[in-house]
Amino acid sequence: MNDKRMTVDEAVAEVTDGMTIGIGGWGSRRKPMAFIRALVRKGVKNLTVVSYGGPDIGILCATGQLKKAVYGFVSLDSIPLEPHFRKARQNGTIEAVELDEGMFLLGLRAAAQRLPFLPTRAGLGSDVLKINPHLKTVKSPYDDGEELVAVPASNVDVAFIHMNRADASGNGQALGRDPYFDNLFCMAAKNTFMSCEKIVPTEELVSGGPLQSLVINRMMVSGVVEAPGGAHFTECLPDYARDEKFQREYAATAKDEEAWKAFRAKYLDVSEAEYQKAVAS
Amino acid sequence: MSNTEATRADVCALAVAECFRNDGEIMASAMGTTPSLGARLAKRTFEPDLVMTDGFNLILRRALPLGAKPADDDVEGWMPFGTVFDTLWWGRRHVMMGASQIDQFGNQNIACIGRWENPKAQLLGVRGAPGNTINHVTSYWIPNHNARALVAKVDMVSGVGYDRAAALGPEGSRFHEIRRVVTNLGVFDFNTPDHRMRLVSLHPGVELQQVIDNTGFELVVPDGVDTTPVPTPEVIGVLRELDPQGYAQKEVVV
Repeated sequence: MNDKRMTVDEAVAEVTDGMTIGIGGWGSRRKPMAFIRALVRKGVKNLTVVSYGGPDIGILCATGQLKKAVYGFVSLDSIPLEPHFRKARQNGTIEAVELDEGMFLLGLRAAAQRLPFLPTRAGLGSDVLKINPHLKTVKSPYDDGEELVAVPASNVDVAFIHMNRADASGNGQALGRDPYFDNLFCMAAKNTFMSCEKIVPTEELVSGGPLQSLVINRMMVSGVVEAPGGAHFTECLPDYARDEKFQREYAATAKDEEAWKAFRAKYLDVSEAEYQKAVAS
Repeated sequence: MSNTEATRADVCALAVAECFRNDGEIMASAMGTTPSLGARLAKRTFEPDLVMTDGFNLILRRALPLGAKPADDDVEGWMPFGTVFDTLWWGRRHVMMGASQIDQFGNQNIACIGRWENPKAQLLGVRGAPGNTINHVTSYWIPNHNARALVAKVDMVSGVGYDRAAALGPEGSRFHEIRRVVTNLGVFDFNTPDHRMRLVSLHPGVELQQVIDNTGFELVVPDGVDTTPVPTPEVIGVLRELDPQGYAQKEVVV
């Protein structure tokens, strides 16, 4: 089978200015942060990011690389609103496509199924339709004639996800209690890169958890990266919990330009290995 | 805090619990401290069939104290986010959300203050409010009842109110129901001919004028407004057990 192992920097080499990026995980949970850090190092610009957002969107707002965010929310969980995202919204430095959380899911699902849209009641009567004039409704062709929101497919160029374990050919395992929607991000993307805490032989992957934890199969993945701590500072259960202290430090930098510059120099303008060393010390 | 005398927070928690009465075997989702406590009180006392999670992905068979970590034998099922969406679209759910702003028809805003395009303050965003309100029963909790929260017009409609739902026609609005609004001053519903917000009961010690002065729209005030029920000593005992740290006592503005 194909050996798809590569480095984070080789993976983000596929990303060019103006692309649409899909990012797995949820809020500040199992986010592919090693890839986000690599995107910062690469300096790629004018990105559209599609995400159940957390510090992925926040960091790319802070570095000025994000042009447009498509999201159901942008939260750090223990800090309900992502502070760098809040700042970008209030300063008007990013475009925003704010969707109901369920609408966001249907957009991914439509893309994964190669459909132009999926219908839903979510959004009807709310200002989500007003703030997103591109959203249209569709009338049921059946006797009920019900008017529904047609959520357009969220197609993305490149998706990034982080798993607990994977094998070299791109089978991925989520050992936590929620798989989130990483499989849909893979199928909504032209190309997906998966990082993981540890690459293991296929037999070990299969014996390392219930079969239901094998949520990613190799058809979905173009490249696999072993990145221990690759979701830090977000949680990656059961391997590690969220680093709340680090997250608070990160969040505080939204209010202090000097603190942000210092944070960026120490944790972002460095290699992934140097990042992990800085975190450990 | 006395173990036998009811505080305002206790009255609020019981009023929240009452929102879930007769819900039976559906998912109860409570956002925030007092809603979580009230929903747990309902499950512990008169609505034992309610399906509730740990706030993450475990369905718990019993109502645990706020902040308690579930043990293995507290678990009865699995509710990852994908199943939460399926459940809410299925309609077997009653959510109690907060509201940064709410108007007389129950339109709720948690998204932003000011124009959405360039907000003065970015709040949570719409989150699940549009989908929740159009798909299943919703109630609201407001810990600090004032005219900045209960407003004539919300800045951004996140949760759908009765006027917006009615404009969708009978198909679009058939699953829409805002059951009740509980605040630190009283209990409100929309059981009026045009579904404008109505005062149901005042919490003990609250004057009608205080509610009127702190509401940014004209409330429907029926003759003979009730007093919100005060929890019995037995219920107060359950509340102390479910909130040993007194989180809800700190949340409610008196």
